[in-house]
Amino acid sequence: MTASPEPAKKSISRDMLQGVNLTGQEGNHSLVDQGFTWLVQGVSVSVVVILGWMSWVIFGQARPAIEQFGLGFLWTQNWDVNELVFGALPYIYGTLVSSAIALFIALPIGLAVAIVTSESFLPPWLRSPIAFIVELIAAIPSVIVGLWGIFVLIPFLQPIQQWLFQHFSWIPIFNSEPAGPSMLIAGIILAIMILPTIAAISRDVLIAIPKELRSASASLGATPWETTFRVLLPSAISGILGAAMLGLGRALGETMAVTMVIGNSDQISLSLLDPGNTIPALLANQFAEASDGLHIGALMYLALILFALTLIVNMIAIVMVKFLSANGQS
Amino acid sequence: MQFSFHDSAINASSTSDLIPALRVKDLAFYYGSQKAIESVSMDIYQGQVTAIIGPSGCGKSTFLKALNRISELEGVVRVEGQVEFFGQDIYSRQVNLNRLRRQIGMVFQKPNPFPSSIYDNVAYGVRVFSRPNRVSLDETVESALRSAALWNEVKDNLSKSALGLSGGQQQRLCIARALAVKPKILLMDEPCSALDPIATMKIEELIDSLRHELTIAIVTHNMQQASRVSQYTAFFSTDESRIGQLVEFGATTQIFMAASQSRTRDYVQGRFG
Ligand SMILES: Nc1ncnc2c1ncn2[C@@H]1O[C@H](COP(=O)(O)OP(=O)(O)OP(=O)(O)O)[C@@H](O)[C@H]1O
Ligand SMILES: [Mg+2]
Repeated sequence: MTASPEPAKKSISRDMLQGVNLTGQEGNHSLVDQGFTWLVQGVSVSVVVILGWMSWVIFGQARPAIEQFGLGFLWTQNWDVNELVFGALPYIYGTLVSSAIALFIALPIGLAVAIVTSESFLPPWLRSPIAFIVELIAAIPSVIVGLWGIFVLIPFLQPIQQWLFQHFSWIPIFNSEPAGPSMLIAGIILAIMILPTIAAISRDVLIAIPKELRSASASLGATPWETTFRVLLPSAISGILGAAMLGLGRALGETMAVTMVIGNSDQISLSLLDPGNTIPALLANQFAEASDGLHIGALMYLALILFALTLIVNMIAIVMVKFLSANGQS
Repeated sequence: MQFSFHDSAINASSTSDLIPALRVKDLAFYYGSQKAIESVSMDIYQGQVTAIIGPSGCGKSTFLKALNRISELEGVVRVEGQVEFFGQDIYSRQVNLNRLRRQIGMVFQKPNPFPSSIYDNVAYGVRVFSRPNRVSLDETVESALRSAALWNEVKDNLSKSALGLSGGQQQRLCIARALAVKPKILLMDEPCSALDPIATMKIEELIDSLRHELTIAIVTHNMQQASRVSQYTAFFSTDESRIGQLVEFGATTQIFMAASQSRTRDYVQGRFG
């Protein structure tokens, strides 16, 4: 047996080392690089600082009201500027209910828009214009939406509100004579305003689903609708939830348009045809005139509650998205 | 170059004894206004494995996708000529696309399991078409996974996500998923191109065992694989016009050992681009 000859060992010569050099300062420590790193770090830290500072200022201003009313503020109903008695419940209720109506209406419509503009249910020349127009709604200033609500939407919906009252007044949520502005209209206005957010994000999520999944589903005999409901929507669920939560966050904080159509009533009513009020709407209406420390404190307390509400919504969204993607859905 | 052939390929029966499961007549295929393949006429015989070989871009995938009309997902496409599935024109107006695709299943080049459990992946096609009870669905899933030689590896993890499987396991899962709806024909587009030799071998064995139940057409760039698994081979190529054509079709032994066209001989011997 002949073993294969041992390759002759060579030592590394000087020539080979020409240009072989792994040390040096260029690149990682250049001034531009370093400066940019600092800049980015500085900006991101300052965002956190500003957020903390804002909460601190609001908290500081809210102090008198917090000390005076305590947590009971959350579930008392009086709001009397002259007597200086304040309770937040009608506004918390109004904020939650109007946003819930908005989400209830905007989620299915937004999803429908996302589906027909991302899949091939419509001819391509119709798809992009629809998507574009829906996204354009986001560009309308909210005062204009509010004006449109007052001059177009309320007159248009008033007969429908009447009809709901006449035929369905046995359902508690339609159990009052509508006067025009109402919780329902505020919800519809909010739905219109958050529709573009939900539609655009859901559409992007659907488009990002690999084409191979669509072919796989079709090759097993599924129709485009079956593919949509059994493969695409389940795969996109975390993104769609994210879109819904973003829309909800926007609805909770929307001020101008809501103030203009909700009727600004301080009564809690189960009926959606009654006027109501929301936290942002009340802040916008009263802040300019508020002079008493306790009044300002109460308004700031409300602002703090709104802040907490949006924070909770966003945290729930993050947890849900994490949970769903951990389940292998995404 | 040496090729090893499948036993049944060596004693291939004369084509007059065979029933064409698919009969393609003078097929041309257009993406928009761009012609991708033209004048393809060939049969895919029932119970046989037909390999489709040819250089990249010659229209093999296009041809395969035209056979179950999955190509229509890709936008505006047009077909001339005829494709008959046991005598029925698949491009006729009366054809129900979903039924057609159920009977002519497909396995893609890249494994594409759904982002759900292993069980749900296999059960998908069945659930789309019927409301099976749990027991019969369990049976279907098990037998499909067994046919795809995957059962022993996944039987304890059926509820785990399919995305956690290896590439080769995912591809066998996709085969199981296609088998679960009991197709008459299985179209496979380079099913092993992303797999290692062991997984490839498993899939080749699988193809061989499936041959008795259904008809298979497989696109492959691997000449050895084509010669090992198929009884018939179609060689596609393009000329200066960049339009794919069928150059030669025949028994696998003949295509690999005694092709009548010099282009075919050059290609199978590896003397082509
Ligand atoms: N969706 C499409 N739209 C437009 N043209 C396409 C499309 N798919 C393929 N083509 C064109 O059709 C021709 C054939 O492509 P095809 O994918 O069928 O080739 P192939 O033989 O499968 O190649 P490969 O071996 O690389 O997979 C190519 O010129 C390609 O550019
Ligand atoms: Mg291909």
